[in-house]
Parts: sequence; structure tokens; C-alpha cells
Amino acid sequence: MNLYVLENINHTNKEQKMKIRSFRGGVHPPEEKITFSLPIQEMPLLKKVVIPLSQHTGAPAKPVVKVGDRVKRGQRIGEAQGSVSSNIHASISGKVVDIADHPHPLGPPSLAITIESDGRDEHHPSIKHNNDYFRLHPNEIREIVKEAGIVGLGGAAFPTHVKLSPPEDKWIDTVILNGCECEPYLTCDHRLMIEKTYEIIQGLKIIAKTLEVTSCYIGIEKNKRDAIRAMREEIRNEANMEVVPLKTKYPQGSERQLIEAILNREVPSGGLPLDVGVIVQNVGTALAISEAVKKGNPLIERVVTVTGKGIKNPANLRVRIGTLFQDVIDYCGGFRGKPGKMIMGGPLMGFSQYTTQVPVIKGTTGILVLPEEETEEIKERSCIRCNRCVDVCPMDISPNLIAKYASKDRFDWAREYGALDCMECGICAYVCPAKIPLVQLIKYAKAQLTRVTGGTGDTGVTGG
Amino acid sequence: MPQRLVVSVSPHIRIKGNIPRMMWDVVIALVPATIASIYFFGSKAIYIILVTTFSALITEALIQKLCKKPVTIFDGSAVVTGILLAFNLPPGIPLWMAGVGGAIAISIGKQAFGGLGHNIFNPALVARTILLISFPVVMTTWSPPRFISFDALTYATPLTALKMDNILTPLKDLFIGNVGGCIGETSALALIIGALYLLLRKHITWHIPVTFIATAGILCWLFGGAELFRGPFLFHVLAGGLLLGALFMATDPVTSPTSRSGRMIFGMGCGAITALIRLKGGPPEGVSFSILLMNAFAPLIDRFIRPRKSRVK
Ligand code: SF4
Ligand code: SF4
Repeated sequence: MNLYVLENINHTNKEQKMKIRSFRGGVHPPEEKITFSLPIQEMPLLKKVVIPLSQHTGAPAKPVVKVGDRVKRGQRIGEAQGSVSSNIHASISGKVVDIADHPHPLGPPSLAITIESDGRDEHHPSIKHNNDYFRLHPNEIREIVKEAGIVGLGGAAFPTHVKLSPPEDKWIDTVILNGCECEPYLTCDHRLMIEKTYEIIQGLKIIAKTLEVTSCYIGIEKNKRDAIRAMREEIRNEANMEVVPLKTKYPQGSERQLIEAILNREVPSGGLPLDVGVIVQNVGTALAISEAVKKGNPLIERVVTVTGKGIKNPANLRVRIGTLFQDVIDYCGGFRGKPGKMIMGGPLMGFSQYTTQVPVIKGTTGILVLPEEETEEIKERSCIRCNRCVDVCPMDISPNLIAKYASKDRFDWAREYGALDCMECGICAYVCPAKIPLVQLIKYAKAQLTRVTGGTGDTGVTGG
Repeated sequence: MPQRLVVSVSPHIRIKGNIPRMMWDVVIALVPATIASIYFFGSKAIYIILVTTFSALITEALIQKLCKKPVTIFDGSAVVTGILLAFNLPPGIPLWMAGVGGAIAISIGKQAFGGLGHNIFNPALVARTILLISFPVVMTTWSPPRFISFDALTYATPLTALKMDNILTPLKDLFIGNVGGCIGETSALALIIGALYLLLRKHITWHIPVTFIATAGILCWLFGGAELFRGPFLFHVLAGGLLLGALFMATDPVTSPTSRSGRMIFGMGCGAITALIRLKGGPPEGVSFSILLMNAFAPLIDRFIRPRKSRVK
């Protein structure tokens, strides 16, 4: 295994350097990156933020403040519970006015801490610069990342300290920085790569040091030429780093597809990137790591792309966590025309919202508003077995058949055809000429299957 | 200010293409062959096409009304079936018989299985086969194209001429379509133009046509001559219904396997059966039978050839 991996690195370094790499399947939907040239703006301080205690994969944090407490910016207000969880910090200074259920962008209302601003935005004394950061031991870095409540900022929000602590028996040799941003509309990572190039590379160095790896790649879709140029310029003196331009194709930014494109390694079904010696981090996460390690800043803000034809003034905004969508949209001039759908994230994997009262959370890559005319209901017809869904599926499974069996409640068959391997990227439903809600049906099958077997992935899937 | 926001599962964008667009694109692709059929067989050809198409549409509407299902005759699929059936009929067929064919195609070939997407066999070929069994003489009586003066009664298609009298029709006539046969199958040129359009629009892939034509052609080349490797390869590719079948009938997504390799097996099977019937069977032509036979195997092929799923070695 190790030998194989080493050979592979040499191979990719030399021979594939010049050609644009990619993966099997995928589509290239209209990019719609209307905000790509707009510099990141700071959103002004607000009177109130609502900070959910569950913003990450894993257990929700436990509140460590009470109603009436005064808190400062960066103060920990929620404590990680269990091994996969994350701390939550106050994003403004002020008074805790409520700890109660509040609408959540990813599901039913859940516990959130409401803070009313005192207008001073004072930072907590725990926030200190660390000029000696390059002397830190990997475990100290992990501790800082954990303390800072950093999670994957590409949308999945998996706690980063867990990712930075691979099990002993896994041999990690490569870090990939994910700057693909393959979802249409979204541009926050693109802007960060141009405006925060130095800090992102600092973050990457910290990650590489923590994991003790020597080989780093930065994968960027080739439609972001300026970002590729900026990154290349930044790493020109780094021997072990390489910027890899990738084909503009969705879902290029998915970890498996990124690893396939850059290293030609295949993550096994039900497995993780670390099974093939790789850790993937989003560029925004790298920036957050650098901020935390060097400046002591916990994760209390992020860049959000506010976009879509249903928004008056689309923008890339640096927003404090807990800011309500309503406030963000108001700042961007409000809706243009009648809003049809408001989506957190991109159009292919994002979550549509029923209220503007949901807060920005750590995983909010974008707020996309589609006007009413873009959300017309589409007529569903029967499957004509055209196979387009299968051709585009990056996981090489059969969306058409999984959906067919899911609608007949034959979940054993749905699993046979790969239901549990689906990463819900959405392109099967995107291309289907019969407009069958494939992802919905596959999600349904997955939910049923994981309920029955209790597993999430590798449940004896067989294939030909 | 309360807004009414639509909530739904991702993805939130869809491609513009849909089934009606696909079907109408197929209709467009059939236009060159339609023009060729009128050119070579006169106005009779257009009457046959109109009759089968309207009969298919009316049958579809009637059955859907009777079964209280939504009427979907504007999705173009019945039009495609109607035109393809007409293409598979001899120019001398009485119009009422063509009408019956259209009704059979939709009722027995399509709606009996549950409508679009559920049929196992190509509806047009089901109808053609039933007509062939019911009216064998009419269905195998060929009149020559307008530009050949010939005794109509003894006129033979290129394949029959080869089988019975060992006469090889000139390739140029075969390519242009100036030969006898079903109204839509004779002009290789027109069919290829249409198929290129479908390929360009990505409605079909090369897998079935190429494997189908290559297998049939190569087998006929190997075994179709006086000795091995002496068969008339190009003649067999251009003659009869091979191109019509391989480009437009076997590529019907509903009745062919879904995977690429499955489609290649399907195409090879069609080609092999076609060659077998042409060289050894009773009737001179075997394209329709080969496609129908392989239609029956399509679900089985799909059962065994599935997309590769990533898994641990
Ligand atoms: S089946 Fe799953 S992984 Fe495949 S295209 Fe559909 S959503 Fe993506
Ligand atoms: S894309 Fe839609 S119509 Fe085509 S095979 Fe898949 S589910 Fe069926």
C-alpha cells in the first residue's frame, strides 16, 4: 500500500503536471458566478445574533452561559459534547437574552443562544496573538483548533480537530486544499483565495505540520484563473506544494472526486479519504486555522455569498455567525421581485428555507435567492431509461434503479444498486429529462436503510 | 412581512431538456428519411406516414382517456412510434392496414405494458411483426422506387435479389436509396444524416449502432460469400433495414440496456441474429426480429451489467 502510494505521487507529479485533471461523470451546469469580481465586504455590526448550538456534524454543544450573562466577542458559550462535536463562541459582545429553540437552516428548530449587542464589540481576553506559533507541537495545534470551534467551512461542517487527528494506524501522506467551489453561484472561496492568499497558505502549512505530511496540493477549478495565479505566486518558493488546475465540472469539490482527480486514488465505498492517505481541507477552513493559531481568533465569522436573481445587490459578505438571513438580505437591498426559493448553500446541494429568520451558521457558504419564475413546478414523467443519470453519477451507481426501488419500498434492492454510496450531489436529478425527484427518493432509501441496519456506508454492498 | 417560500429537496436547478424535447428531436431526425421516402416512393409514402401517426395518436388518447390517465399525446413519443412504424411498411400497403398497425403499436406495444417507459419491446416493431404474421403477402410485396421501371409483380428488394438470384445491387443505389424496400429504410444517406443529429444532440450514443452494424457486417463478410472472408460487407451494411434498425429502432432507450457495455452486448446480439437470419434463415431480412429478441434480453443484460461501484478490493 505504502509503496503504491509513493509511486503514485511521483507519477502524478511528473507526468500529469501539464494536463487538466478531473474525474469520471459529473456535469457542467451554468456557472452563474455573478459575484466573482466583488471584493469581500464587512457586514456592519448588528443589534442581535442567534447562535445555534448545533452547527456541525456530531453532537450539539452544551450551553455554558445563562440568560442575563454578559459575554464578549470570542467567548465560549457552548461546549463540545463528546468526541465529534465543536465549541460555539459568541460572535459579538453583549448580553445573553434567550436560550431557546429557534428556526435552524438545516432542520427543525433547535436550541440557540440569542445575544443582544452592547455595541462595543469587545473581544474576550482569551484572544491573544501567538508569535511563536511555528514552534507549537501538533497536539497543541489540534487543541487550539478544537478550542476555536473550527469546522469544515465548505458546507459539511465536520469538526476540523477530528479530521486533524487521524487514527494511529492510518498513514497520511498528502493534504489537499480544496479551492474548487464547484457549486454554481458561490464565490466566497474564490474571493478568499485572491484576498487572503497568504493566510490560506499559512493555514495549509500549519495543517501539513500537524499531520506531518510533506506533500500538499491545492485543487482549483480552472475557471478561477486569478485564484490559480495568486496561489501559484504565493507558493512559488515552496518545494512540496503544487497548485493543480482542475476541470470546471460539478462535483469537482467533493472530496472523493478531488482525490481521484489529483492523485488518481480511489476512496473505498463507505471509506474516508484517510483510508487512502489523504486529508482534504477547504480553503476557508485553512484560513480559519491560521487565524486561530496565529491570532487566537475562534471561528465567529465567515464569508457568505449572497446571490441569485432574487437579490437586489448580490455580494460576498463577511458575516458574524448568528446573523439572521433577514438582516443579510436587508443589507443586500432586499429581494428583487417576488422570492421563490431561498437556499442555504448552492443550487445543487443547498437547503431551501421556509423562513428568513434562520441564522447564518458555520456551514453557510451562501444565501441563494431564486425568483419565483425560476422555481416553477416541473412535470414529472416516467423514466425512459435514457441512462443520463447513470452517466453523470460520479459515484458510479444507478440512481434510476435506486429511485425505482425506493418508490416501491424495496430497500434491499435499492442498496444492491448502491443507495448507500450516494453522496447526494444532485446531478442525477439535475439531468433527468423525466424530471424524477431522484435525490429525494435516494435520500428516502438511505434513511430507511441506515435506520434498519444502523450502519452508514459499508454494509456489504456488492457490485459488478 | 411574511413570504411564501418554496421548500423542496435539492437540487434546485434542472436542465431545460425534457422528454417531449427529446421526442421532437427524434422526429426532426426522421425528417431526412421522410423526405427520401417521398422522393423515392411518391406521395403514397407521406400518406402512410400520416395514417400511422394519427392512428397512433388517437389510440394513445383513447386508451389514456379510458384508463383515466393523463393524456400525454403531445410528448411526441406516439408520433415517433407512428413514423417509425410507417418506415417499416412496404410502399404498397393499403392505408387501412397502416392505420391498424398504428393502433396495434400503441395499444399492444406500449399501453398494454403501462405506457411510455414501461414497454419491453419496441412498439413499432411489435406492430410490424403482427402485421407481417397477419398479412404476409402484402407485407412482403415490394414495389420499385419511382425511378426504376420494372415489372412490379416480380420486383425484389436487394436482400431478396441476393438470396434468391444472387444479384448484388449497386452500392451507389443502396446508399442513395434508389432501391426497393420499406418506405423509410432504403436511403442510407438520409438515415445517417438523421442519426448524426441525434448523436450531436446526445440523445443516442454510438454504442448500439456501431456494434450492431459492425457485427452484422463482419459476420456477413465472413460467412456471406462463397468462401470465408468473401461476403459483400458494404452491401450488407447498406441493404435492407439494418441502418434504420441500428440507428433508430435499437437505440430506443426504453427497450435497450442502460449501461454502455450493456448496450454494446445488445448491439452485438442484434447484429449476430440479423446476420444469422440473413445468411441462414428463411426470410431475407432479420433486423426487426433481432431487435425484438434482444429487447427481451435487455432487462437481463441490465441485471448483470451494472455501473461499477467503488469498493474495497
Ligand atoms: S445518485 Fe447520488 S451520487 Fe449519484 S448523481 Fe445522484 S445524487 Fe449524485
Ligand atoms: S435520467 Fe431520468 S429518465 Fe433517464 S434513466 Fe435516469 S431516471 Fe430515467
